[in-house]
Amino acid sequence: MTTEPQAGNVWPIWEVFVRSSRGLSHVHAGSLHAPDAAMALRNARDLYTRRNEGVSIWVVPAEAIASSDPDAKGSFFESPQGKDYRHATYYTKSEGVKHL
Amino acid sequence: MASQTLQSVPAEPSPVRHEQSPEDAARLDAEGQAYFDKVMAEDSRIEPRDWMPPAYRKTLLRQISQHAHSEIIGMQPEANWISRAPSLKRKAILMAKVQDEAGHGLYLYSAAETLGQPRDQMMQDLMDGKAKYSSIFNYPARTWADMGAIGWMVDGAAIANQVPLCRASFGPYGRAMVRVCKEESFHQRQGFEILLELSHGTPEQKQMAQDAVNRWYAPALMMFGPPDDDSPNSKQSMAWNIKRFSNDELRNRFVGMMMEQVKVLELTLPDKDIRFNEETKKWEHGPLDWDEFHEVLKGRGPCNAQRLERRREAHQNGAWVREAAAAYADKQRRKQAEKVSAA
Repeated sequence: MTTEPQAGNVWPIWEVFVRSSRGLSHVHAGSLHAPDAAMALRNARDLYTRRNEGVSIWVVPAEAIASSDPDAKGSFFESPQGKDYRHATYYTKSEGVKHL
Repeated sequence: MASQTLQSVPAEPSPVRHEQSPEDAARLDAEGQAYFDKVMAEDSRIEPRDWMPPAYRKTLLRQISQHAHSEIIGMQPEANWISRAPSLKRKAILMAKVQDEAGHGLYLYSAAETLGQPRDQMMQDLMDGKAKYSSIFNYPARTWADMGAIGWMVDGAAIANQVPLCRASFGPYGRAMVRVCKEESFHQRQGFEILLELSHGTPEQKQMAQDAVNRWYAPALMMFGPPDDDSPNSKQSMAWNIKRFSNDELRNRFVGMMMEQVKVLELTLPDKDIRFNEETKKWEHGPLDWDEFHEVLKGRGPCNAQRLERRREAHQNGAWVREAAAAYADKQRRKQAEKVSAA
């Protein structure tokens, strides 16, 4: 016996972000399938917070997320290179001076 | 996790990506391979939208989806015992455990989906009998003591197998495994506790515990897969940093742990050939029936047909829920659209 795949009945993917405790930001936990936002939230609760892992959940349709291009590894993130002076560690003459 | 579906915005317009000549494609493959090799050499992680060798993708897709199917089918031997658990506490524990297995299946399907295979297709392959899952779940759970033996030995073997997978080179798989491993140790401990209570109970209860250990010992050891000299894919998986230890290494390590733990249970392992090899400093077990392993894997185990039939039945019984939820979501979307256009 074979069950036919049900075309048109495929639930979209949602990305799930969980705030683990008050004062922390929401962090990506994983993804799930759900027909709408309300079900996505319920499913996210059951799937990602079975052991008090969160106090707040965001769900976002995966297709609504824009991401940087993985093939452009270098060029997109290149600009900070050679700009050590953006880091406090670049300035060594103040070493040993208190509260600086 | 499902970053396969994410839209990416090109950093800058690149003509190469839009009209690819064979030379360009070959150059991109060469660059991709070089980057992939570098990631492997550095023991870093590959993410879903990175270039990867087709065989790497295929291997991962097979392994992760089989792993997901195992979690889903693995709910059955224990779900059968929820209604017969000896106390309300044990029912609650068993329900939580079975719910965890469902969750683990979903984490893993998500990880597999990032490789480009829709979940519905994977589930369909399982129901059509085209996909494999762990041979262990094709054995019957005959008594309450089997719930103990499954937790202690089957989940124990799964943990031994899964802990190194937390460092698998494919990011989504490793992250799913971290989540799974965190939850899995409760499973093993509750099983150990069931056996401990039985083995310290009446002589009949102790015998029931021993019988369950006897039944599950060999199938649990075979969960690590065929012996190293008969495991053709292992070498490549280790080269790709998916697998970190060989089947036999993990199995021997597991036998060593069992040997210590079974003493606390005051039970014995049904293997008179277990010994500690002073030269290799490793535990060794007696011979296993690999013909049986291959038979079960091919679908001729004691419960294969029953497990698949149950999976199809559950899927069909849930059809109206999926349809109703999709119809409701559609209706809400239409209402929302009407509201927006009216405003």
